[in-house]
Amino acid sequence: MQGNEACALGAVAAGCRFFAFYPITPAGEIAEKMSQLLPKARGVYIQMEDEIAAIGSVIGASWTGLKTMTATSGPGFSLMQENIGYAVMTETPCVIVDVQRAGPSTGIVSAPMQGDVVQARHGSHGEYEIIALAPSSAQEMFDITIRAFNLAEQYRSPVIVLADETVGHMREEVIIPEENMIEIVNRRTPSSAAEASRAFLSPSVAPMPIFGKGFSAHVTGSSHDEYGKRQASAPEAIDKIVRTISEKIRAHTAEISTIQKLMLDDADVVLVAYGSCARTAEYVVKQARERAVHAGLLRLIGLWPFPGKTVQQALKSVGRVIVLENNLGQIFPEVERVTAGGSEAFFLPPETIGTLHRPAYVLEHVMEAAS
Amino acid sequence: MSSDESHPLAKYIRKGAQPHTHCAGCGNGIIAQSFLRAVDQAGIPMRRMVCVAGIGCSGWIPSPFFDVDTLHVTHGRPIAFATGVKLGNPDLEVVVFTGDGDCSAIGGNHLIHAARRNIGVKVICVNNMIYGMTGGEVAPTTPRGIKTTTTPFGNLERPFDLSKLVVAAGGTHVVRWTSYHVARLVAAMKKALTRKGFAFVEVLSQCPVHYGRRIGISNPVEMMRWFQKQSVPIEKARELSEQELSGKFVVGEFVDIEAPELTELYAEQFGAVRLGSN
Repeated sequence: MQGNEACALGAVAAGCRFFAFYPITPAGEIAEKMSQLLPKARGVYIQMEDEIAAIGSVIGASWTGLKTMTATSGPGFSLMQENIGYAVMTETPCVIVDVQRAGPSTGIVSAPMQGDVVQARHGSHGEYEIIALAPSSAQEMFDITIRAFNLAEQYRSPVIVLADETVGHMREEVIIPEENMIEIVNRRTPSSAAEASRAFLSPSVAPMPIFGKGFSAHVTGSSHDEYGKRQASAPEAIDKIVRTISEKIRAHTAEISTIQKLMLDDADVVLVAYGSCARTAEYVVKQARERAVHAGLLRLIGLWPFPGKTVQQALKSVGRVIVLENNLGQIFPEVERVTAGGSEAFFLPPETIGTLHRPAYVLEHVMEAAS
Repeated sequence: MSSDESHPLAKYIRKGAQPHTHCAGCGNGIIAQSFLRAVDQAGIPMRRMVCVAGIGCSGWIPSPFFDVDTLHVTHGRPIAFATGVKLGNPDLEVVVFTGDGDCSAIGGNHLIHAARRNIGVKVICVNNMIYGMTGGEVAPTTPRGIKTTTTPFGNLERPFDLSKLVVAAGGTHVVRWTSYHVARLVAAMKKALTRKGFAFVEVLSQCPVHYGRRIGISNPVEMMRWFQKQSVPIEKARELSEQELSGKFVVGEFVDIEAPELTELYAEQFGAVRLGSN
């Protein structure tokens, strides 16, 4: 099965019942699949007039109680940024899948690149925290999409699935578990009017007053208090917002942003990678081991919030760290920061950005680092 | 506050939301009251209504003053958000409050596509022919020649006729009145609320602070008299030439046709499955 198709299946399995889209490559197959699956699942597929409208309608539908998603690639992801900030501000659960392609601008529509990593973190204006996960296989396009919905519901936050062209278009085996084997998280909703009135800014995530239930919810992108009441000129109000909506996520960084360790215990040289790059990295680690080099892999599954402490702990006795990314180093500064004073960290992009790392090229660098 | 309690529309006002934020003489109060009267007359329960507000002075009509589920969104996008709300739960009465800048400049795309889709969202567009909230900049609805804070030598561009724009985009119900024509406005809003499909209610409204002042009519009452004097019913306007209509405001029902509403078409296609959260 193709990665993009697995993403759509994962979304529906997670309970997604509203999907809005504007056509873009290489995310198109997600929309095609959703348009087939959702009507049968009593859901809504709609093609909007642009990506701004797609994310807007996704947020609107989320307030009616539905689990909602949109999918796009770089240019559309750029257009969505303002409303992603709105979803952060209003604590609206929703999932945004960005199947990254080569940019800036129109770039190359079907070349893999990981150019949107920092944009996912800081693309909207203002200060906030966000969740972004990076699948590295078709299986994970299924699994991580489900997890994205669960995290969105749990933390009342937009969650970004930061896929890339390779992962979206690759075809490999995907195991779809039985429905009752899939863990599903649903947002908390208020059980009383009093509970519904304090609908925002709780460090433990406030219950969400769904529209149409008689709660008179007031949802605004302007600065507001925990009742949703506009506080448009009080710095104390925006201070509370920035701290609360960031901290409700940061306090759970280790649970949200997990990593996968491969042969790390005795490793002298460790590759740090995510998304499609992690596939090359895994292959290279095995090749290096065959050459008696103690290589290992630390694969980032959650990119944001960056799991600094987890990474620091995992790399504390490692001599050399090579960060593989298909860009000019967007996660590298984070890794460098948490390994400073311990390991020596290097950055290694592919020889040609917009193509995958050539394994022999990466192996060369691993052998060199080990010597 | 006891006098508030005795007002027949006070039950529609969110507790603690006063005082309001509109400038003295603004048409928003007239439009707010007209809308609530229409809701009252139509007997629409507030718990079934969602107001979606854009950015601009018009957004502050429902937000936070109406005691109703309210989504106050980003600039230009209320119709896009409202489309999601309506599709998510078609049982809800979804009303957008937007302005001429919000829905025809930055959000023009959403307006024409909602009209084309005939989704059952009701758009109340407050057209004051200027960007009021940001300080009186030229809008796509500002007539040619008008001097604004950003057209100090006179506006060179032609204005949009918003109602005609929505008609051209396939709008099934399009009506325009002014803040002067209160009885007509209430009736028009009531009709829009009780229809199934997309509705566009354009209300020409006075911004004495940023527009009236620029055209030499800074008194709000005088601005409303100007609306009264310059208004031409659409039936009569059809017999007049473009030249005769210059500087006039054509008011009345531009179009009112029955066409399948989008969420009903969804339900039909999906085998009468009831959409929504429950």
